[in-house]
Amino acid sequence: MSGAETTTHVIQAGAGHRLRPLLWLSALSLLALGVAVSIGSVTVTPSELLAVLSGEGERLHRTLIFELRLPRALAAFGTGALLALAGALMQVLLRNPLADPFVLGLSGGAAVAALLAMIAGLGAALISASAFAGALLSTLIVFGLAHGTGSWTPVRLLLTGVVMATGWGAIITFLLAISPMEQLPGMLYWLMGDLAYAQRAWPVLCLAVLSLLVVMPLGRTLNVLARGGLAAAALGVAVRPVEWALYLLASLLTAVAVTTAGSIGFVGLMVPHMLRLALGNDQRLVLPASLLAGGILLTLADTLARTLIAPQQLPVGVITAMLGVPGFLLLLYRSR
Amino acid sequence: MAELRANELVVDIPGRASGCALRLSICAGERWGVLGPNGSGKTTLLHTLAGLRSPRSGHVALDGIPLQQLKRRQVAQALGVVFQDSQIGFPATVHETAMIGRYPWLSPWRRESLEDIALAQAALKRLDLEALSERVLATLSGGERQRVGLATVLTQSPHIWLVDEPTNHLDLHHQVAVMRLLTEQANAGCGVIMCLHDLNLAARWCDQILLLYPDGDACWGPRDTMLEPQALERLYGQKLTTAHIDGAPVFVPVA
Repeated sequence: MSGAETTTHVIQAGAGHRLRPLLWLSALSLLALGVAVSIGSVTVTPSELLAVLSGEGERLHRTLIFELRLPRALAAFGTGALLALAGALMQVLLRNPLADPFVLGLSGGAAVAALLAMIAGLGAALISASAFAGALLSTLIVFGLAHGTGSWTPVRLLLTGVVMATGWGAIITFLLAISPMEQLPGMLYWLMGDLAYAQRAWPVLCLAVLSLLVVMPLGRTLNVLARGGLAAAALGVAVRPVEWALYLLASLLTAVAVTTAGSIGFVGLMVPHMLRLALGNDQRLVLPASLLAGGILLTLADTLARTLIAPQQLPVGVITAMLGVPGFLLLLYRSR
Repeated sequence: MAELRANELVVDIPGRASGCALRLSICAGERWGVLGPNGSGKTTLLHTLAGLRSPRSGHVALDGIPLQQLKRRQVAQALGVVFQDSQIGFPATVHETAMIGRYPWLSPWRRESLEDIALAQAALKRLDLEALSERVLATLSGGERQRVGLATVLTQSPHIWLVDEPTNHLDLHHQVAVMRLLTEQANAGCGVIMCLHDLNLAARWCDQILLLYPDGDACWGPRDTMLEPQALERLYGQKLTTAHIDGAPVFVPVA
């Protein structure tokens, strides 16, 4: 009897263990969005915010919140969510906590293509399209080369990606060196990530929700895959198809995120890693938690980026790095 | 009950002549011991039998169906593999590791049931790991990790056990406990094939023996006909003396 009770207790603890952090993160997400729409050149107090949300409030506040701040906040949230999820997926794929879409050269390809479009004087839409194409092209090159003569290993994929990223970096420097002076600030902002032009939040948000629906049933499979390819195959995982799906999905998520907001580093690397240190390695918890935490981090970072030295704006990538690096190092130091 | 059959099987070891093709089947209740010197291809054979590597020629069939025609999940419901070295991925606890043995039996949306958890806990208890169940794998000793690997496959409850060096890193007591466990599985209707370094364990705990020579040659059959000192001396390139203890042969290398 006591045995059965203990087991039930374990199960309930298991479910609670998985749900509670997600509820907390959801609440924090709403809070972060609330902060993001309240702070700026005109401050909206919490009571005014509640009035606006219930359909009343000042006309100025309504315009400010629904037409200016909310779309940008949601775009930041969605972009952060995509980047963190892509990083979490890449880390399982490569069984390496250092993996992230940026380390693998995806954002480098996107950046080169975007800078070329800027030099050619194309408009914002074409710059985005070009970045998307660049990210996918980089994906194909890395995966094709790593695949090489038949079999690729995680280490080989990681090395190929790192080398490609370095190559892209050199081209980016070259492009910056030969570009006309007046284009440089725009280019640098794009390279550090900038949400000022991200006015359409729905693509990133929809993709974030869709990809979570795709990934959640795979949670247990990813847990097994994280043990290594051979062990996973012996336990019944169709390793190669799952790895292809992971790589393509992570690439797509990165491409869309980069297209929306330029290249923002650190989110994909640090958010999943911090969550793993805090919550353990169950992908069924880490993946949705990454999505939410990535969104929270980028929403808050973007709020800081546009208010710290207002009316000027900072590139949001600077903020994510400045917040993320010390936080990450502290967590890593304390985890030992 | 399942039968795993090697049909004209030649394992693919780079740079080695094809040698002798294997025609054997591992049936319910049998305990096969695979013996051979380092690099003779014991592990490669085990992985090929598990469908984790393609053979150079021939094929492996589970109940008459070639493995490559089955889904990996179906294969994993029938075959359980205990690896020689557990690959270290992301940190995981002993209990979580045992639980992934249920993976082949659970559909994507289904949560682990009480039964699944009970199976994992029973397996951990069977291998003296209860007290360690919340420990992280990387903090365990080699022998404890080896037992976690066995507990995972026990949780998986396959019909055929493919075990690579089950007694690696184990102290004497746990060596006997693990061999008893494998015998128990065979008596319950499972087939067991294990790679062994210790001739005496094979002599005591296996009823079928497969000898793998480094040149690709192989021979197999019931234990009593296979454990001939001359054949074993040729296998290892090592002189042996034989003693008999409790009616079983004990082989000792001559220094």
